[in-house]
Amino acid sequence: MTVSPDTAVRATAPPATAPAAPAAPAVPEPAAPAAPAAPAAPAAARWHAVCDYGALTPERGAAAMVGGVQVAVFRTSDGALYAVANLDPFSGAQVISRGITGSRGGAPTVASPMYKQVFDLATGVCLDDPRVALPTFAIRRGPGDRVEVADRDEQRR
Amino acid sequence: MSDGGDATTRIVVIGHGPTGHRLVEALRAGGDAARCTVTVIGEETRTAYDRVALTSYLTDGADLGHPAHDEAVEMVTGDAAVAIDRAARTVRTASGRVIGYDALVLATGSAPFVPPVPGRDLPGVFVYRTIDDLDALREHCARLTAGGRAAGGGVGGVGGVVVGGGLLGLEAARALQGLDMDTHVVEVAPWLMPRQLDEGGGAMLRRHIETLGMTVHAGTPMKGLEAGADGAVARVALADGTGVDAGVVVFSAGIRPRDELARGCGLPVGERGGVVVDQACRTEDPAVYAVGECALIGGTVYGLVAPCFSMAEVAAAHLLADAAGGPPSSAAFTGADLSTKLKLMGVDVASFGDPFAGPDQGALDVTYTDPLAGVYKRLIVSDDARTLLGGVLVGDAAAYPALRAHLGAELPGTPEQALFGGVEAAGGELPGATVICSCNNVSAETIRCAVRDQGCTDMAAVKGCTRAGTTCGSCVPLVKKLLDAELTAAGVQVSKALCEHFEHSRAELFDIARVTGITTFSRLIAEHGRGRGCDICKPVVASILASLGHGHILEGEQAALQDTNDHFLANIQKNGTYSVVPRVPGGEITPDALIVIGEVARDFGLYTKITGGQRIDLFGARVEQLPRIWKRLVDAGFESGHAYGKALRTVKSCVGSTWCRYGVQDSTAMAILLELRYRGLRAPHKLKSAVSGCARECAEAQSKDFGVIATEKGWNLYLAGNGGMRPRHADLFATDLTDAELVRYIDRFLMFYIRTADRLQRTASWLEGLEGGLDYLRAVIVDDALGICAELDAAMERHVGAYSDEWRDTLEDPAKLGRFVSFVNAPDTPDPSIVFASERDQIKPVLVTGPRLEVAAR
Ligand SMILES: Cc1cc2nc3c(=O)[nH]c(=O)nc-3n(C[C@H](O)[C@H](O)[C@H](O)COP(=O)(O)OP(=O)(O)OC[C@H]3O[C@@H](n4cnc5c(N)ncnc54)[C@H](O)[C@@H]3O)c2cc1C
Ligand code: FES
Ligand code: FES
Repeated sequence: MTVSPDTAVRATAPPATAPAAPAAPAVPEPAAPAAPAAPAAPAAARWHAVCDYGALTPERGAAAMVGGVQVAVFRTSDGALYAVANLDPFSGAQVISRGITGSRGGAPTVASPMYKQVFDLATGVCLDDPRVALPTFAIRRGPGDRVEVADRDEQRR
Repeated sequence: MSDGGDATTRIVVIGHGPTGHRLVEALRAGGDAARCTVTVIGEETRTAYDRVALTSYLTDGADLGHPAHDEAVEMVTGDAAVAIDRAARTVRTASGRVIGYDALVLATGSAPFVPPVPGRDLPGVFVYRTIDDLDALREHCARLTAGGRAAGGGVGGVGGVVVGGGLLGLEAARALQGLDMDTHVVEVAPWLMPRQLDEGGGAMLRRHIETLGMTVHAGTPMKGLEAGADGAVARVALADGTGVDAGVVVFSAGIRPRDELARGCGLPVGERGGVVVDQACRTEDPAVYAVGECALIGGTVYGLVAPCFSMAEVAAAHLLADAAGGPPSSAAFTGADLSTKLKLMGVDVASFGDPFAGPDQGALDVTYTDPLAGVYKRLIVSDDARTLLGGVLVGDAAAYPALRAHLGAELPGTPEQALFGGVEAAGGELPGATVICSCNNVSAETIRCAVRDQGCTDMAAVKGCTRAGTTCGSCVPLVKKLLDAELTAAGVQVSKALCEHFEHSRAELFDIARVTGITTFSRLIAEHGRGRGCDICKPVVASILASLGHGHILEGEQAALQDTNDHFLANIQKNGTYSVVPRVPGGEITPDALIVIGEVARDFGLYTKITGGQRIDLFGARVEQLPRIWKRLVDAGFESGHAYGKALRTVKSCVGSTWCRYGVQDSTAMAILLELRYRGLRAPHKLKSAVSGCARECAEAQSKDFGVIATEKGWNLYLAGNGGMRPRHADLFATDLTDAELVRYIDRFLMFYIRTADRLQRTASWLEGLEGGLDYLRAVIVDDALGICAELDAAMERHVGAYSDEWRDTLEDPAKLGRFVSFVNAPDTPDPSIVFASERDQIKPVLVTGPRLEVAAR
């Protein structure tokens, strides 16, 4: 990627792309460079159960379809859960869930399997290029040990 | 010493300029240095110095001396060689010394050409080539200015004329000006620097030169030099009848190779001078080489230092190989980049590639002129405007290093963007093979490796390690950029540490795992690392564990360590789909098997392509389709081709003696044997191999990690070749081997490599980095110098015994199959973002979303 210093790059939320997805056109997320999206659920969040907690392999991701948007869901070795957009902003492919997880300086991370940029799982920020960030999603262990992901504000508007 | 012992080769080098110096350095650095003695005969009173930087001796009083050679090199200075007796193999010097040689190298450089005009021998006429020339010139000018002042000389000062408006002439002119001369440049061609610049560039340069206070007389031949009352030069007469008053004249009208010694002993020289040599820098007499500016190689005499250095390296490789008595070196001089950047202070001038190509050569040009700022830029591009072929920059050459690095390669943007510095930001993304320092032929990858693998953290270290930037210096900014990019990418760590989680190198981790018997990543990182790992250390450890034979790569915790290719046992493609490559050992396949592949591809709508490794690649499979595709393939008898792994890819073969009328051994059978033996073997990087059935080498075995070529008596084994970005010919390791010997040596080679190589290090760079090189490798593998052969053999036996097809195992294990789903909450829903279009009757991926990077200009 080649960007001159006086330009800013930001990632946008993935729009609903394909015929199979429900008609919920996503609005580009205006979050400014590197502004960490709050992992806490917004007030009126709608939670979607995606799978059993036990179905997630520790240190490995899985893709889930949440309200027509692809979300990459991770369970790390300490048992924590993270959810970020599955869309790799650098390649345009829905592959973040297939990256290798790990840590960088204490932050939990995932590396895109395509061009290997590393993202902070908690904030979505790309640690190799902090002007780019993955949208993040609230995630929790819900009733019945189900993993639940909240859709984002703009998905409900 | 001159008649030294019989065991060693006596090498005599005539001429100690930059080329002679580089040659001796290379001779002394080679592994076979001890097999030869080196004597250098230099005519100048001082040993070699940096002639390229000559002017800084005047302007900055710089010390230009090149580092002295070690004491074993015998130096004769201030004594010119005057005759060569090729029959007796001796050299005679001016002082009467007679020095015997087994191999002789002419590195006599060139002499300035002084045209035969009247007055050329007058006092006050100089050339500009050596430190002695400069001393004399300075002294003369000092006398002139002192005399001029004493005589109350004119306001304009004393006139000085440089004859020749080329690169060196302008440099000399600037130096004359620095010596307080009122400087004029006389150039016979219609514009300055005619060999590098086009007319527009030459015109713009002239304006700059004039702004510096010099006078340019272009398109005006010189008639002669006229003496004044004191008998010294006083005036330069021009052909148009005018003249320039001058107390000093410097000739810089080109150079002539110093080939007089070669002529004297009957060696062929070119029509316009230069000792004729072949690509190995050897003259007609196999004992005599010529390198540098005195050599005529491929019909050209090179007047820039970079090709001279290449010749020195080539000749040294041959001399050392001959001294060692082993196989001859394959080093060859193959041409040179003639880019130039003028080092004149204040005026930026650069020319690179072919600045004269036009529509006839399928080239277009983009020109930009800003007369106010004095900027002229012209880029020559291929007729699709994508590939950079050459260019000229005057007035602003900031883009030169980056542009030159893209020479012959695709431009990152439009030519217009490139003209305005658009490639500048590309430092970190330059392809590895791009030559960054053309003086020393250093690629981007070499510089990156120096930073990444050899622990260079500052410019001094990079220069020391790679030589990049140590000659003309024009590449220094770009080298610095690469250094910075690489350091940033590496974070804080700059040591051999794998990543922030392990202090150890891959080889050390391998030993730790082997010795401690640790079989899981979590234990390894808990006991020997820190943090939770990352996309660097996890796959490395996964590969080490696999090499040590700890079960299926998707078993238990190991599954989480694999990168996506290993995780899904397939190769990820740009749209997130995967490609499937069944193994086709030796490239031999039955019609029925071919039909199965065709049917599978058809039924799943896959794109098919024949690979260079003699098998078939099926593209466009979605994750959830992989098990069903492989079920069909495995049922038909196929197994994983490991195209996704850092593992053995293929053993390519030609058809061999069974069918080929030239073949001397059954290369196909051997290829199949080798491929089946090493299939599934995990390594630091992918491994490729080939077997050719005769010396015609149809299978291209010499570009492989291990290559085999049939001989009448058995097999020749070649090791550590490489195609791809940094091609390397494999080294001949052993000859006329039996089947059993061949297999044993390959076993040990592979296991030794797997044990000791760095992360992502191919066998080629591994061998290059191996202290002692090929000889050492032979000692380890053939003579068991380390006493580890039994261990290596046992490790390979374990691998062969434990092999089992990864795909078959996966299909039989529901737990492993469980991860082949598109979405955890909709396992059978195809990823809606995967869309294909059709091209040439097959599918091609279409990115629905495209990269989602918004560039918001302020
Ligand atoms: C002012 C100046 C600026 C330059 N700038 C650049 C530049 O920017 N970029 C670039 O690429 N190149 C530049 N060059 C050219 C570069 O210096 C030459 O390409 C380089 O010096 C060639 O090295 P060489 O060893 O082959 O020849 P030389 O440097 O000519 O060395 C040959 C040596 O052999 C000695 N010798 C010759 N005959 C005998 C004999 N019979 N016995 C013993 N010794 C003998 C000579 O005295 C000399 O010392 C410049 C040259 C000059 C003069
Ligand atoms: S290009 Fe001349 S020193 Fe690197
Ligand atoms: S038989 Fe194959 S290369 Fe000659």
